[in-house]
Amino acid sequence: MSSQRLLAFGLRFYITVFFLYLFLPLMVMAAATFNDSRFPTITPWDGTTLRWFGELAADGGMWQALSNSLLVAAGVLCLAVPIGIACALFLNTVSSRGKPFIYALILSPLLTPGVIIGISTLIFWRQFGVSGGIFLTVLGQATFIAAYVMLMVMARLQRFDRTMERAALDLGASQWQMFRRILLPYLKPAILSAAVIAFLQSFENYNTTLFVVGYDTTLTVYIASKVRTGLTPAVNALGLILILITVALAIAYEVKRRREQAALARLARV
Amino acid sequence: MFRQLSERFGHPLAMAILTLLGMWLIVMVTLPQLQMIDYSFRPNLLPAQRGGPEDGWTLGNYVTLFDNEIHRAIFFKTLWSSVLVTLLTLVVSYPLAYYLAKVATPRQAALCILLLIIPFWINEILRTYSWFIILAFRGPLNEILLALGLIERPIRFLSGDAGVMVGMVYAYILFMVFPLYNAIESLDDNQIRAARDLGAGSIRTHRRIVIPHAKPGIATGCIMTFMLAAGSYAVPALLGSPGSRWFTQIIYNWFFEGGNWNQGAAYAFLLLVLCIGFMSLVMKFFKVGLGDIAK
Repeated sequence: MSSQRLLAFGLRFYITVFFLYLFLPLMVMAAATFNDSRFPTITPWDGTTLRWFGELAADGGMWQALSNSLLVAAGVLCLAVPIGIACALFLNTVSSRGKPFIYALILSPLLTPGVIIGISTLIFWRQFGVSGGIFLTVLGQATFIAAYVMLMVMARLQRFDRTMERAALDLGASQWQMFRRILLPYLKPAILSAAVIAFLQSFENYNTTLFVVGYDTTLTVYIASKVRTGLTPAVNALGLILILITVALAIAYEVKRRREQAALARLARV
Repeated sequence: MFRQLSERFGHPLAMAILTLLGMWLIVMVTLPQLQMIDYSFRPNLLPAQRGGPEDGWTLGNYVTLFDNEIHRAIFFKTLWSSVLVTLLTLVVSYPLAYYLAKVATPRQAALCILLLIIPFWINEILRTYSWFIILAFRGPLNEILLALGLIERPIRFLSGDAGVMVGMVYAYILFMVFPLYNAIESLDDNQIRAARDLGAGSIRTHRRIVIPHAKPGIATGCIMTFMLAAGSYAVPALLGSPGSRWFTQIIYNWFFEGGNWNQGAAYAFLLLVLCIGFMSLVMKFFKVGLGDIAK
């Protein structure tokens, strides 16, 4: 074998090992759900059971945490999506000397560790008598999720053909009509994707949430506390369900994205 | 700024945009950070003492860190371990990113990217938890090593920094792979071919052509990974032991066990300074700007 081919073979081998490394842990965790053992493990295998799903369903704390998580995610969507869109429109429109500074400020939440966003939110709101809870969790999470929304909306906005805008105005549309009928429909796919990502980011956030959640719990905080105290395979059952939902969402999202790309490619050919 | 916005969108919409943006940047981003810094320079006082003679700016909270040998050691350990995690992640990710961008057929690449995205969408806690099961004292890894006869007694993987670092590489690898992939993908294949034709070997092609081109991606990946590693709470909390505490855990304790928020704010600010310092260093070293990072 020539060295070129040996290298290519080595690379393929590496890729295979890499994907094993990526998926084996998740499979082990999923498998441990069905082990009839008091502790979450796959060694030794004490028999196959489905009872951990039952125990999970009977856990009131889990349901409370889940409903909190959904509430927080809904709040984050209401805040972060409009802010992200406004931010992208601002950056796409304005050119002034202060812009690089504002741009750095806009990106800063992405480059700040999540714990610090949580801490600063907690400290800031204390002077107004607001302590940790659902409300602060929404604010803390939206602080950095808005920046993600901005990046995704911005990516699409940069490819927008401004002549369409001018055409609409020349044909007598008001600026509001132009925004409502031209720009917003154009941005819709990016806004929807951003909303999905924002929802997931919020749902699985731990670092920021930990500091601002107070005596409430979100699902992620709940899982973490279960792992450290009172660990049973019921946590695995929850993990498995979340993984399945995530995989289904990821595939649906990817299929949709590819369809759009294919449609765009067809348009480009015409 | 307002003029440009209202020319394009009209007055009401321009107002709405500026209000949303201003509210976010001032009330949610800037003021809380400033408040945290202000807190870190004030002593921890009882409500009755506020506004009294002791209520002034002080460096006391920072002196505490310098005087506390354990906390200082944990701070530096967090720094070095995060650098190590970043380098490890870079080394592990580079071949994969190169394969995706230049070797794989478009179909293979698309499939691999989908496979990469799936774990990325799964909760960080769950990803870490799966390692908790694998590395457990009586877990599958120890069982396999025992069965293979490689070790005689099970190893306590979860009592040192090694388990934490393995978990971190696993948790943050995709923040490295995607920027690298994006950067390498934009390299013209002809440049690689030209280097080969001119007699450069694989290593030389990477060193002189691919890596220099991928600089912005490497910088972005390193900055993100370092920030996530240094600021991680979940991974050390789940995979570490009391002997392998992370700086974020000390911060957490100041807030929720020590009840000294001022002290906690000082530690948090130091963590932020650490991340900003690392970021500036990387940006200077790779000669990239903030605009390259946001791509």
